[in-house]
Amino acid sequence: MSDPIKTDVLIIGAGPVGLFAVFQLGLLDIKAHLVDILDKVGGQCAELYPEKPIYDIPAVPLITGQGLSDALMQQIKPFNPTFHLGEMVTTIENIGDPLFRVTTDRGKVFEANAVVIAAGGGSFQPKRPPINGIEPYENTSVFYAVRKMETFRDKKLLIVGGGDSALDWTLNLQPIAKRLTLLHRRDDFRGAPDSVNKMRALVAAGAMDLRIGQVTELEGADGQLTGATIKGGDGALTRVETDAMLPFFGLTMKLGPVADWGFELKDELIPVDVSTFETSRPGLFAIGDINTYPGKLKLILSGFHEAALMAQKAHHYVHPSKRLVFQYTTSSTSLQKKLGVS
Amino acid sequence: MPRITFIEHDGTEHTVDADTGATVMEAALRNGISSIVAECGGGCTCATCLVHVDDAWSAAVGPPSAEEEEMLDSAFEVKPTSRLSCQIKVTESLDGLVVRTPSYQGR
Repeated sequence: MSDPIKTDVLIIGAGPVGLFAVFQLGLLDIKAHLVDILDKVGGQCAELYPEKPIYDIPAVPLITGQGLSDALMQQIKPFNPTFHLGEMVTTIENIGDPLFRVTTDRGKVFEANAVVIAAGGGSFQPKRPPINGIEPYENTSVFYAVRKMETFRDKKLLIVGGGDSALDWTLNLQPIAKRLTLLHRRDDFRGAPDSVNKMRALVAAGAMDLRIGQVTELEGADGQLTGATIKGGDGALTRVETDAMLPFFGLTMKLGPVADWGFELKDELIPVDVSTFETSRPGLFAIGDINTYPGKLKLILSGFHEAALMAQKAHHYVHPSKRLVFQYTTSSTSLQKKLGVS
Repeated sequence: MPRITFIEHDGTEHTVDADTGATVMEAALRNGISSIVAECGGGCTCATCLVHVDDAWSAAVGPPSAEEEEMLDSAFEVKPTSRLSCQIKVTESLDGLVVRTPSYQGR
Protein backbone atom coordinates (compact mmCIF):
# COMPACT_ATOMS: atom_id res chain seq x y z
CA MET A 1 0.00 0.00 0.00
CA SER A 2 1.36 3.42 -0.97
CA ASP A 3 1.61 6.48 1.32
CA PRO A 4 -1.76 8.18 1.67
CA ILE A 5 -2.45 11.25 -0.45
CA LYS A 6 -3.71 13.94 1.92
CA THR A 7 -6.42 16.29 0.74
CA ASP A 8 -9.10 18.47 2.30
CA VAL A 9 -11.87 16.81 0.32
CA LEU A 10 -12.00 13.77 -1.91
CA ILE A 11 -14.65 13.89 -4.62
CA ILE A 12 -15.81 10.58 -6.05
CA GLY A 13 -16.92 11.20 -9.62
CA ALA A 14 -15.69 13.80 -12.10
CA GLY A 15 -18.98 14.42 -13.86
CA PRO A 16 -20.48 17.91 -14.09
CA VAL A 17 -21.56 17.96 -10.46
CA GLY A 18 -18.22 16.68 -9.14
CA LEU A 19 -16.45 19.29 -11.25
CA PHE A 20 -18.64 22.14 -10.03
CA ALA A 21 -18.08 20.99 -6.45
CA VAL A 22 -14.39 21.84 -6.98
CA PHE A 23 -15.46 25.42 -7.73
CA GLN A 24 -17.71 25.81 -4.72
CA LEU A 25 -15.15 24.23 -2.39
CA GLY A 26 -12.34 26.27 -3.92
CA LEU A 27 -14.10 29.54 -3.13
CA LEU A 28 -14.03 28.42 0.51
CA ASP A 29 -10.29 27.57 0.41
CA ILE A 30 -10.91 23.85 0.29
CA LYS A 31 -8.65 21.76 -1.93
CA ALA A 32 -9.94 18.70 -3.72
CA HIS A 33 -8.80 15.54 -5.43
CA LEU A 34 -11.19 13.70 -7.73
CA VAL A 35 -11.38 10.01 -8.60
CA ASP A 36 -13.31 8.71 -11.61
CA ILE A 37 -13.56 5.26 -13.12
CA LEU A 38 -13.65 6.69 -16.65
CA ASP A 39 -10.40 7.69 -18.34
CA LYS A 40 -11.78 11.19 -18.93
CA VAL A 41 -13.67 13.86 -16.99
CA GLY A 42 -17.31 14.76 -17.69
CA GLY A 43 -19.08 11.61 -16.50
CA GLN A 44 -22.26 10.77 -18.42
CA CYS A 45 -21.98 14.07 -20.35
CA ALA A 46 -18.70 12.93 -21.86
CA GLU A 47 -19.40 9.20 -22.05
CA LEU A 48 -23.05 9.01 -23.10
CA TYR A 49 -23.90 12.25 -24.87
CA PRO A 50 -20.82 14.32 -25.77
CA GLU A 51 -22.45 15.57 -28.98
CA LYS A 52 -26.01 15.90 -27.72
CA PRO A 53 -27.39 19.33 -26.87
CA ILE A 54 -28.49 20.13 -23.31
CA TYR A 55 -31.16 22.85 -23.10
CA ASP A 56 -31.77 23.24 -19.37
CA ILE A 57 -28.61 24.73 -17.93
CA PRO A 58 -29.59 28.15 -16.50
CA ALA A 59 -28.53 31.04 -18.76
CA VAL A 60 -27.04 28.63 -21.29
CA PRO A 61 -29.73 28.04 -23.93
CA LEU A 62 -27.78 25.25 -25.61
CA ILE A 63 -24.58 23.39 -24.82
CA THR A 64 -23.37 19.90 -25.69
CA GLY A 65 -22.34 17.37 -23.06
CA GLN A 66 -18.70 17.79 -24.01
CA GLY A 67 -19.11 21.57 -24.14
CA LEU A 68 -20.46 21.62 -20.59
CA SER A 69 -17.64 19.45 -19.36
CA ASP A 70 -15.03 21.66 -21.09
CA ALA A 71 -16.60 24.85 -19.71
CA LEU A 72 -16.59 23.45 -16.17
CA MET A 73 -12.92 22.47 -16.52
CA GLN A 74 -12.17 26.06 -17.50
CA GLN A 75 -14.22 27.40 -14.60
CA ILE A 76 -12.42 25.29 -11.98
CA LYS A 77 -8.92 25.82 -13.38
CA PRO A 78 -7.98 28.45 -10.74
CA PHE A 79 -8.44 25.82 -8.04
CA ASN A 80 -6.05 23.34 -9.64
CA PRO A 81 -7.76 20.09 -8.66
CA THR A 82 -5.92 16.78 -9.01
CA PHE A 83 -7.60 14.05 -11.06
CA HIS A 84 -7.18 10.32 -10.61
CA LEU A 85 -8.82 8.87 -13.72
CA GLY A 86 -9.42 5.23 -14.60
CA GLU A 87 -9.72 4.32 -10.92
CA MET A 88 -12.65 3.22 -8.84
CA VAL A 89 -13.05 3.99 -5.14
CA THR A 90 -13.65 0.74 -3.34
CA THR A 91 -13.68 1.57 0.38
CA ILE A 92 -14.33 4.58 2.63
CA GLU A 93 -13.26 4.10 6.22
CA ASN A 94 -13.70 6.49 9.15
CA ILE A 95 -10.37 7.02 10.91
CA GLY A 96 -11.07 10.32 12.72
CA ASP A 97 -13.78 12.74 13.71
CA PRO A 98 -14.31 13.06 10.84
CA LEU A 99 -11.33 11.88 8.83
CA PHE A 100 -11.60 9.33 6.10
CA ARG A 101 -9.29 6.81 4.53
CA VAL A 102 -10.36 6.08 0.99
CA THR A 103 -8.87 3.38 -1.22
CA THR A 104 -9.13 2.69 -4.94
CA ASP A 105 -9.01 -0.49 -6.99
CA ARG A 106 -5.53 0.54 -8.11
CA GLY A 107 -4.27 0.55 -4.54
CA LYS A 108 -4.19 4.33 -4.10
CA VAL A 109 -4.98 5.61 -0.60
CA PHE A 110 -6.35 9.04 0.31
CA GLU A 111 -6.88 10.75 3.62
CA ALA A 112 -9.55 13.44 3.53
CA ASN A 113 -11.47 15.52 6.08
CA ALA A 114 -14.61 15.11 4.03
CA VAL A 115 -15.69 12.92 1.13
CA VAL A 116 -18.17 13.96 -1.54
CA ILE A 117 -19.90 11.22 -3.48
CA ALA A 118 -20.85 12.66 -6.86
CA ALA A 119 -21.08 9.30 -8.54
CA GLY A 120 -24.15 9.89 -10.75
CA GLY A 121 -25.61 6.54 -11.74
CA GLY A 122 -22.77 4.66 -10.09
CA SER A 123 -19.72 3.52 -11.99
CA PHE A 124 -19.32 2.81 -15.68
CA GLN A 125 -18.32 -0.81 -15.99
CA PRO A 126 -17.88 -3.13 -18.98
CA LYS A 127 -21.00 -4.85 -20.26
CA ARG A 128 -21.02 -8.58 -19.58
CA PRO A 129 -22.18 -10.74 -22.46
CA PRO A 130 -25.24 -12.85 -21.62
CA ILE A 131 -23.52 -16.19 -22.09
CA ASN A 132 -24.64 -18.98 -19.76
CA GLY A 133 -21.95 -19.94 -17.29
CA ILE A 134 -19.58 -17.05 -18.05
CA GLU A 135 -19.10 -16.03 -14.39
CA PRO A 136 -16.64 -18.76 -13.31
CA TYR A 137 -14.30 -17.71 -16.12
CA GLU A 138 -14.30 -14.00 -15.34
CA ASN A 139 -10.85 -12.69 -14.41
CA THR A 140 -9.24 -16.07 -15.03
CA SER A 141 -10.11 -16.66 -18.69
CA VAL A 142 -12.58 -13.90 -19.53
CA PHE A 143 -11.26 -10.35 -19.25
CA TYR A 144 -13.03 -7.03 -19.82
CA ALA A 145 -9.80 -5.03 -19.76
CA VAL A 146 -6.13 -5.70 -20.35
CA ARG A 147 -4.07 -4.82 -17.30
CA LYS A 148 -0.91 -6.73 -18.26
CA MET A 149 -0.26 -7.80 -21.83
CA GLU A 150 2.08 -10.55 -20.66
CA THR A 151 -0.94 -12.44 -19.31
CA PHE A 152 -1.78 -13.22 -22.92
CA ARG A 153 1.61 -14.29 -24.27
CA ASP A 154 1.49 -17.60 -26.18
CA LYS A 155 -2.25 -17.93 -25.55
CA LYS A 156 -5.04 -18.65 -27.98
CA LEU A 157 -7.15 -15.50 -27.74
CA LEU A 158 -10.71 -14.69 -28.73
CA ILE A 159 -11.42 -10.97 -28.90
CA VAL A 160 -15.07 -10.00 -29.37
CA GLY A 161 -16.34 -6.63 -30.61
CA GLY A 162 -16.10 -4.17 -33.48
CA GLY A 163 -14.99 -0.90 -31.93
CA ASP A 164 -11.65 0.65 -31.13
CA SER A 165 -11.08 -1.33 -27.93
CA ALA A 166 -11.49 -4.64 -29.76
CA LEU A 167 -9.33 -3.51 -32.68
CA ASP A 168 -6.61 -1.88 -30.57
CA TRP A 169 -6.20 -4.97 -28.43
CA THR A 170 -6.28 -7.18 -31.50
CA LEU A 171 -3.36 -5.25 -32.96
CA ASN A 172 -1.46 -5.08 -29.66
CA LEU A 173 -1.91 -8.70 -28.66
CA GLN A 174 -1.63 -10.39 -32.06
CA PRO A 175 2.21 -10.32 -32.04
CA ILE A 176 2.48 -12.08 -28.67
CA ALA A 177 -0.54 -14.41 -28.85
CA LYS A 178 -0.18 -17.98 -30.04
CA ARG A 179 -3.21 -17.41 -32.24
CA LEU A 180 -5.74 -14.62 -32.20
CA THR A 181 -9.32 -14.70 -33.42
CA LEU A 182 -11.37 -11.53 -33.71
CA LEU A 183 -15.13 -12.11 -33.61
CA HIS A 184 -17.67 -9.50 -34.58
CA ARG A 185 -21.38 -9.72 -35.36
CA ARG A 186 -20.96 -8.15 -38.83
CA ASP A 187 -18.16 -7.71 -41.35
CA ASP A 188 -18.03 -3.96 -40.82
CA PHE A 189 -16.03 -2.20 -38.12
CA ARG A 190 -16.73 1.15 -36.54
CA GLY A 191 -13.17 1.51 -35.18
CA ALA A 192 -10.52 3.82 -36.64
CA PRO A 193 -10.08 3.06 -40.38
CA ASP A 194 -6.32 2.69 -39.95
CA SER A 195 -6.80 -0.02 -37.31
CA VAL A 196 -9.36 -1.78 -39.50
CA ASN A 197 -6.90 -1.80 -42.42
CA LYS A 198 -4.09 -3.17 -40.25
CA MET A 199 -6.38 -5.90 -38.91
CA ARG A 200 -7.53 -6.86 -42.41
CA ALA A 201 -3.91 -7.02 -43.60
CA LEU A 202 -3.08 -9.44 -40.75
CA VAL A 203 -6.07 -11.59 -41.71
CA ALA A 204 -5.03 -11.56 -45.39
CA ALA A 205 -1.50 -12.58 -44.39
CA GLY A 206 -2.87 -15.51 -42.38
CA ALA A 207 -1.48 -14.09 -39.12
CA MET A 208 -4.87 -14.02 -37.38
CA ASP A 209 -8.48 -15.08 -37.91
CA LEU A 210 -11.56 -12.97 -38.37
CA ARG A 211 -14.93 -14.56 -37.68
CA ILE A 212 -18.40 -13.10 -38.11
CA GLY A 213 -20.96 -14.16 -35.54
CA GLN A 214 -21.73 -14.23 -31.83
CA VAL A 215 -20.55 -16.46 -28.98
CA THR A 216 -23.31 -18.74 -27.74
CA GLU A 217 -21.51 -21.14 -25.42
CA LEU A 218 -18.25 -21.51 -23.51
CA GLU A 219 -16.41 -24.68 -22.63
CA GLY A 220 -13.71 -25.38 -20.11
CA ALA A 221 -13.32 -26.25 -16.46
CA ASP A 222 -12.15 -24.72 -13.19
CA GLY A 223 -12.17 -21.21 -14.60
CA GLN A 224 -9.98 -22.21 -17.53
CA LEU A 225 -11.55 -21.74 -20.93
CA THR A 226 -10.74 -24.23 -23.68
CA GLY A 227 -13.19 -23.29 -26.41
CA ALA A 228 -16.20 -21.29 -27.50
CA THR A 229 -19.13 -22.00 -29.77
CA ILE A 230 -19.80 -19.34 -32.37
CA LYS A 231 -23.09 -18.88 -34.16
CA GLY A 232 -22.39 -17.46 -37.58
CA GLY A 233 -24.53 -14.98 -39.50
CA ASP A 234 -26.05 -17.95 -41.36
CA GLY A 235 -27.00 -19.62 -38.08
CA ALA A 236 -24.34 -22.36 -38.37
CA LEU A 237 -22.55 -23.32 -35.15
CA THR A 238 -18.77 -23.73 -35.13
CA ARG A 239 -16.20 -24.13 -32.40
CA VAL A 240 -13.06 -22.13 -31.82
CA GLU A 241 -10.26 -23.17 -29.46
CA THR A 242 -9.38 -20.47 -26.98
CA ASP A 243 -7.53 -19.96 -23.71
CA ALA A 244 -8.91 -16.51 -23.04
CA MET A 245 -11.78 -14.35 -24.25
CA LEU A 246 -11.86 -10.55 -24.21
CA PRO A 247 -15.35 -9.13 -24.87
CA PHE A 248 -15.59 -5.40 -25.66
CA PHE A 249 -19.25 -4.32 -25.72
CA GLY A 250 -18.89 -0.87 -24.23
CA LEU A 251 -19.83 0.34 -20.78
CA THR A 252 -22.91 0.40 -18.65
CA MET A 253 -23.72 2.12 -15.36
CA LYS A 254 -23.68 -0.06 -12.28
CA LEU A 255 -24.14 1.05 -8.70
CA GLY A 256 -20.84 -0.65 -7.83
CA PRO A 257 -19.15 -0.27 -4.43
CA VAL A 258 -21.54 2.51 -3.27
CA ALA A 259 -23.74 -0.32 -2.03
CA ASP A 260 -21.03 -1.34 0.45
CA TRP A 261 -20.40 2.06 2.04
CA GLY A 262 -22.74 1.68 4.96
CA PHE A 263 -25.72 3.72 3.80
CA GLU A 264 -29.28 2.61 3.97
CA LEU A 265 -29.95 3.07 0.27
CA LYS A 266 -33.36 3.94 -1.09
CA ASP A 267 -33.88 2.55 -4.60
CA GLU A 268 -30.09 2.42 -5.01
CA LEU A 269 -29.79 6.11 -4.05
CA ILE A 270 -28.19 7.71 -0.98
CA PRO A 271 -30.59 9.64 1.28
CA VAL A 272 -29.24 13.05 2.33
CA ASP A 273 -30.11 16.01 4.55
CA VAL A 274 -31.46 18.72 2.23
CA SER A 275 -29.82 21.61 4.04
CA THR A 276 -26.28 20.22 3.75
CA PHE A 277 -26.44 17.20 1.43
CA GLU A 278 -24.66 15.25 4.10
CA THR A 279 -25.42 11.54 4.39
CA SER A 280 -26.08 9.59 7.58
CA ARG A 281 -22.29 9.42 8.02
CA PRO A 282 -21.02 12.85 9.20
CA GLY A 283 -18.43 14.30 6.82
CA LEU A 284 -19.67 12.15 3.96
CA PHE A 285 -21.76 14.00 1.40
CA ALA A 286 -23.72 12.86 -1.65
CA ILE A 287 -24.62 15.26 -4.46
CA GLY A 288 -26.08 14.93 -7.95
CA ASP A 289 -27.92 11.94 -9.38
CA ILE A 290 -26.65 9.52 -6.71
CA ASN A 291 -28.62 11.14 -3.86
CA THR A 292 -32.29 11.23 -2.97
CA TYR A 293 -34.53 13.47 -0.87
CA PRO A 294 -38.18 14.53 -1.03
CA GLY A 295 -38.76 16.30 -4.34
CA LYS A 296 -35.40 15.33 -5.83
CA LEU A 297 -35.03 15.97 -9.56
CA LYS A 298 -32.14 14.36 -11.41
CA LEU A 299 -31.08 17.54 -13.14
CA ILE A 300 -27.58 18.92 -13.53
CA LEU A 301 -28.79 22.22 -12.08
CA SER A 302 -29.98 20.44 -8.92
CA GLY A 303 -26.50 18.96 -8.56
CA PHE A 304 -24.94 22.40 -8.89
CA HIS A 305 -27.15 23.76 -6.11
CA GLU A 306 -26.36 20.76 -3.93
CA ALA A 307 -22.62 21.32 -4.47
CA ALA A 308 -22.90 24.89 -3.18
CA LEU A 309 -24.71 23.89 0.00
CA MET A 310 -22.44 20.90 0.56
CA ALA A 311 -19.39 23.20 0.48
CA GLN A 312 -20.76 25.31 3.36
CA LYS A 313 -20.93 22.27 5.63
CA ALA A 314 -17.67 20.78 4.36
CA HIS A 315 -15.96 24.04 5.37
CA HIS A 316 -17.02 23.30 8.93
CA TYR A 317 -15.03 20.02 8.84
CA VAL A 318 -12.02 21.22 6.86
CA HIS A 319 -11.50 24.61 8.55
CA PRO A 320 -13.29 24.18 11.90
CA SER A 321 -11.76 27.24 13.51
CA LYS A 322 -12.41 29.62 10.59
CA ARG A 323 -15.58 31.67 10.45
CA LEU A 324 -17.39 31.37 7.15
CA VAL A 325 -18.55 34.68 5.67
CA PHE A 326 -20.91 34.48 2.74
CA GLN A 327 -19.55 36.44 -0.24
CA TYR A 328 -20.34 37.10 -3.90
CA THR A 329 -17.85 36.64 -6.72
CA THR A 330 -19.11 39.90 -8.25
CA SER A 331 -18.02 42.03 -5.31
CA SER A 332 -15.60 40.16 -3.06
CA THR A 333 -11.93 40.93 -3.75
CA SER A 334 -10.96 37.90 -1.71
CA LEU A 335 -13.00 35.58 -3.94
CA GLN A 336 -11.72 37.37 -7.04
CA LYS A 337 -8.14 36.76 -5.89
CA LYS A 338 -8.88 33.05 -5.59
CA LEU A 339 -10.28 33.11 -9.12
CA GLY A 340 -7.18 34.94 -10.35
CA VAL A 341 -9.19 37.89 -11.70
CA SER A 342 -8.34 40.55 -9.12
CA MET B 1 -53.22 7.40 -31.13
CA PRO B 2 -50.99 4.52 -32.30
CA ARG B 3 -50.87 1.45 -30.09
CA ILE B 4 -47.65 -0.50 -29.58
CA THR B 5 -47.34 -3.97 -28.10
CA PHE B 6 -44.21 -4.91 -26.20
CA ILE B 7 -43.71 -8.63 -25.62
CA GLU B 8 -41.23 -9.32 -22.88
CA HIS B 9 -38.82 -12.24 -22.86
CA ASP B 10 -41.11 -14.25 -20.60
CA GLY B 11 -44.09 -13.68 -22.89
CA THR B 12 -45.75 -10.90 -20.89
CA GLU B 13 -47.52 -8.52 -23.25
CA HIS B 14 -48.09 -4.80 -22.73
CA THR B 15 -50.10 -2.79 -25.22
CA VAL B 16 -49.65 0.94 -24.74
CA ASP B 17 -50.70 4.21 -26.37
CA ALA B 18 -47.86 6.10 -28.00
CA ASP B 19 -47.69 9.72 -29.10
CA THR B 20 -46.88 10.23 -32.76
CA GLY B 21 -43.51 11.95 -33.07
CA ALA B 22 -42.25 10.39 -29.83
CA THR B 23 -40.02 7.34 -29.92
CA VAL B 24 -40.90 3.74 -29.14
CA MET B 25 -38.42 3.98 -26.25
CA GLU B 26 -40.31 6.95 -24.77
CA ALA B 27 -43.58 5.03 -25.04
CA ALA B 28 -41.95 2.16 -23.13
CA LEU B 29 -40.58 4.35 -20.34
CA ARG B 30 -43.83 6.28 -19.91
CA ASN B 31 -45.61 2.99 -19.43
CA GLY B 32 -43.13 1.46 -17.05
CA ILE B 33 -41.79 -1.27 -19.32
CA SER B 34 -38.70 -2.12 -17.35
CA SER B 35 -37.02 -4.29 -19.96
CA ILE B 36 -36.23 -1.06 -21.80
CA VAL B 37 -33.40 0.49 -19.78
CA ALA B 38 -32.50 3.50 -21.97
CA GLU B 39 -29.50 4.46 -19.90
CA CYS B 40 -28.50 7.38 -22.16
CA GLY B 41 -32.05 8.69 -22.36
CA GLY B 42 -32.42 8.34 -26.10
CA GLY B 43 -29.08 9.51 -27.43
CA CYS B 44 -28.23 6.38 -29.43
CA THR B 45 -25.11 5.97 -27.30
CA CYS B 46 -25.78 3.08 -24.92
CA ALA B 47 -27.65 0.27 -26.72
CA THR B 48 -29.81 -0.55 -23.68
CA CYS B 49 -33.21 -0.05 -25.38
CA LEU B 50 -32.89 -2.93 -27.86
CA VAL B 51 -36.04 -4.42 -29.34
CA HIS B 52 -36.58 -7.16 -31.88
CA VAL B 53 -39.22 -5.91 -34.31
CA ASP B 54 -41.87 -8.47 -35.19
CA ASP B 55 -41.23 -9.89 -38.67
CA ALA B 56 -44.56 -8.58 -39.93
CA TRP B 57 -43.56 -5.04 -38.96
CA SER B 58 -39.91 -5.08 -39.93
CA ALA B 59 -40.42 -3.54 -43.37
CA ALA B 60 -42.68 -0.77 -42.02
CA VAL B 61 -40.19 0.14 -39.30
CA GLY B 62 -37.25 0.04 -41.69
CA PRO B 63 -33.56 -0.57 -41.17
CA PRO B 64 -31.27 1.19 -38.65
CA SER B 65 -29.19 4.19 -39.66
CA ALA B 66 -25.42 3.76 -39.94
CA GLU B 67 -24.98 5.39 -36.52
CA GLU B 68 -27.54 3.03 -34.97
CA GLU B 69 -26.01 0.01 -36.70
CA GLU B 70 -22.69 0.88 -35.06
CA MET B 71 -24.36 1.18 -31.67
CA LEU B 72 -25.98 -2.24 -32.16
CA ASP B 73 -22.43 -3.61 -31.90
CA SER B 74 -22.70 -2.89 -28.16
CA ALA B 75 -25.93 -4.86 -27.78
CA PHE B 76 -26.30 -8.60 -27.37
CA GLU B 77 -28.12 -11.27 -29.39
CA VAL B 78 -28.66 -8.84 -32.23
CA LYS B 79 -30.86 -10.15 -35.03
CA PRO B 80 -31.54 -8.78 -38.52
CA THR B 81 -34.79 -7.24 -37.20
CA SER B 82 -33.20 -5.71 -34.09
CA ARG B 83 -33.46 -1.97 -33.55
CA LEU B 84 -32.76 0.53 -30.80
CA SER B 85 -36.21 1.69 -29.74
CA CYS B 86 -35.00 5.27 -29.16
CA GLN B 87 -34.40 5.50 -32.90
CA ILE B 88 -37.89 4.40 -33.98
CA LYS B 89 -40.25 7.36 -34.33
CA VAL B 90 -43.91 6.57 -33.77
CA THR B 91 -46.14 7.36 -36.75
CA GLU B 92 -49.78 6.60 -37.53
CA SER B 93 -48.61 3.91 -39.91
CA LEU B 94 -47.01 2.05 -36.99
CA ASP B 95 -50.35 1.67 -35.21
CA GLY B 96 -50.39 -1.96 -34.01
CA LEU B 97 -46.59 -2.34 -33.98
CA VAL B 98 -45.30 -5.40 -32.14
CA VAL B 99 -41.77 -5.54 -30.70
CA ARG B 100 -40.06 -8.05 -28.43
CA THR B 101 -37.73 -7.00 -25.65
CA PRO B 102 -34.64 -9.03 -24.67
CA SER B 103 -34.07 -10.58 -21.26
CA TYR B 104 -30.91 -8.53 -20.77
CA GLN B 105 -29.91 -5.07 -21.96
CA GLY B 106 -26.31 -5.27 -20.80
CA ARG B 107 -27.01 -4.49 -17.17
